[in-house]
Amino acid sequence: MLGEQIIKGMAVTAKNFFGSYVSKERLTTVQYPEERLVPKENTRQFPFLVYDGDDAEKGLRCVACQICEKECPPQCIYIIKSKDKKPDYKGQAQVYPITFDIDISVCMSCSICVEVCPFESIKMDTEFELSTDDRFEGLLLHKKDLAKSNSHYHKVHAQDAKDSDAALAVEKAKAEAKAKAAAEAKAKADAEAKAKAAAAAAAAPVGAPPVPTTPPPASPNK
Amino acid sequence: MSEQIHHAFEAFQRLTLVEKTDQLFVFLKHLILVCIPESLQPLVSGLLSVVLIMSVFPGIFAIITVIERKGLGRIQNRYGPNRVGIPFTKIRLCGFGQFIPDGIKSLTKEDIVPRDADKIVHFLAPIVMLIPVLLAYAVLPFGKNMTVSDFDAGLLFFFAVGGAVELSVFMAGWSSRNKYSMLGAMRAIAQMISYEIPLILSAVTVVMIVGSLKLTDIVAAQNYYTLGVAHWFVFTPWGLVGFILFFIASLAESNRCPFDLPEAESEIIAGYFTEYSGFKFALFFLGEYLGMFAIIGLGITLFLGGWTAPVSFLTFIPSYVWFLGKMIGIVFVFIWIRGTLPRLRMDQLMNLAWKFMLPLALINILVAGIWHFMCPDWQRWLVCTAIIFGAYVVLGRGLMGNQKLGKRTYRFAE
Amino acid sequence: MSLPFIIIAFVTLFAAAAAMSLRNLVHCALALTVTFAGLAALYLNLDAQFVGFAQILVYVGAVAILIVFAILLTRSGDSPNQAVLAPGWFYGIVISATIFTALGWAVLNSGALPKQILAAPEATVKSIGEALMTKYVLPLEVIGLLLTAAMIGAVVIALKEPAKTEDSGRKS
Repeated sequence: MLGEQIIKGMAVTAKNFFGSYVSKERLTTVQYPEERLVPKENTRQFPFLVYDGDDAEKGLRCVACQICEKECPPQCIYIIKSKDKKPDYKGQAQVYPITFDIDISVCMSCSICVEVCPFESIKMDTEFELSTDDRFEGLLLHKKDLAKSNSHYHKVHAQDAKDSDAALAVEKAKAEAKAKAAAEAKAKADAEAKAKAAAAAAAAPVGAPPVPTTPPPASPNK
Repeated sequence: MSEQIHHAFEAFQRLTLVEKTDQLFVFLKHLILVCIPESLQPLVSGLLSVVLIMSVFPGIFAIITVIERKGLGRIQNRYGPNRVGIPFTKIRLCGFGQFIPDGIKSLTKEDIVPRDADKIVHFLAPIVMLIPVLLAYAVLPFGKNMTVSDFDAGLLFFFAVGGAVELSVFMAGWSSRNKYSMLGAMRAIAQMISYEIPLILSAVTVVMIVGSLKLTDIVAAQNYYTLGVAHWFVFTPWGLVGFILFFIASLAESNRCPFDLPEAESEIIAGYFTEYSGFKFALFFLGEYLGMFAIIGLGITLFLGGWTAPVSFLTFIPSYVWFLGKMIGIVFVFIWIRGTLPRLRMDQLMNLAWKFMLPLALINILVAGIWHFMCPDWQRWLVCTAIIFGAYVVLGRGLMGNQKLGKRTYRFAE
Repeated sequence: MSLPFIIIAFVTLFAAAAAMSLRNLVHCALALTVTFAGLAALYLNLDAQFVGFAQILVYVGAVAILIVFAILLTRSGDSPNQAVLAPGWFYGIVISATIFTALGWAVLNSGALPKQILAAPEATVKSIGEALMTKYVLPLEVIGLLLTAAMIGAVVIALKEPAKTEDSGRKS
């Protein structure tokens, strides 16, 4: 009969109306500033620079290789290399960035810089509340704004940070093993040279000059 | 003069407490009037009533806009506005302060008039809209002894001033020089004229039974109780049908969903007030809601007993509370309907008005006549109910039979 | 002559003049509406509530809308460029003034006009209704019949011819 379906429809909306006061599951709205959704594992907003330890200047992983600057599609990264060097996590002396700026009004969050970085030093952050009333300076992030500790990285992307730490540990172990091997090789060569010299001295005690053997292996940059 | 004040107080003292709360405003007005010179009394009397109406109903409008948004939100399982409370504090009042920033926004927005618009008519349209709507409040009985001007032809006056709204809609639509506005105005006028007929015809039944066009007489005719239940006209067969017809027609007259074709956002932006911004837009908005309140108020007066209580033991609640409570209750139903029903198509709209509501209203007039002349016992209930039910079934079949519902077919782009 | 009467009469006459002399037809129609409303106000000023409200309901609510629709559906929105006054306006005014004077003279001197002003009759809505339903019920019914016939005629004219449309529907 005419009007029957209208009553049915009204019943449905009435159920929704009262139900929304009773059951919280009906209301899918997240009331943002007070309530927040937990970000997804792979959330990415804008890049930041990772540093180890407590000192942002000393522990900065970035070695100013400028690969990210070159690869950045919208060209939003600006780096000035330092003239001097400082030791990196492996103890190797490396240049570091004096200036590292990212214009986040230009950045498109593509995360290519993260992919190309060989030093695990630039990563994507989940911070998105970056609005400011100064659209020029306020949106240009400098090195001190970008530098965030490794523990922050662990907080925002736990799995990635673990992987990245493991990769760095492997690198470090490799470098150490290499250094050790080099040291051992050197020691061996030294010993061999010594032995040779001793043998020569034994064979020709008349005091033939010792023959220089292979030059010592290039020492690792220590 | 002090003697007159004394008299007024004495008369007020003689009332019971229930009557005192009921007649409080009437007494206050009377008190103010006896304090001023006699030559100024008509002017001040009018002014007091006008000020009260101009402050109460826009105030209700402000609250209703928030309630509407919240209610629609809840129907759609959302929160609706729940942020704005008292300014400069952290008190949120569940968002009921929302109308303050809304009002400030519409007051401070730029008033844009299209270059090719007819400037004068464009300016006049919102005013022509608002004035008749406010005039309509003059005859509504808001409570016992609370009618601004109680004339003989009150009902006729109400419908007469309602007719001027159509003109303002046309003025707005035509002067904007916008096709959407023009289309909206055409739709609005067609709809208003079509639904005015069932609206008036359903009101005619009440006039037939009461024998007066005076709204206070109509309320008085419903203000008596049998077994503690009021004799509202909605509790009779013809009154129920009349009320439902009046209700549907008033939905259409106030351009509410599902009859909001004149301002269908998805089709014609905002209809006849597409080209209005700032405070003129706010005036249209206000006019529309005040028109809705007025027509609901008339519906209450005609069928729901005006300011009377439904059962006799609730008569201690003041009459104006009953009136406003009933009005807001029906506004809630309007909001509920808006949250439920989709918009009608133009042909469905016209079919409903001319093929269903108009014949049913005419039959209802016949039924009211039968009701009036049959002796008041159970037989007239039976006869009237049978006629109305039969007519409803037949007309409903006729309306639905035209649809030719079949299996829906879809055609997709290849 | 009271002040309300003077104000209402002035507004009505002004609006009537505007309805005749404005260039834009829609403006003319709107000015005409003001004239109708002014007439209604005059009736109300004379305590004729029913006639006054019926005037508003019928003329402002319906006739004005009808006129406006007729204008919109038959003409483009542009106002014509010709002058408002016809070339022979002077003779027109002279002729109409003469006729007005003659008619006025005839009315004022007719014997049908009551010599002294009568007391205003008690014409409440109720008495009008009773008169319509008892004394004047036949004229009322005849008018109703006439209007119904006119309405049915309009509907018949507006109807599509069913046979033709069905045929074309089948063909297409």
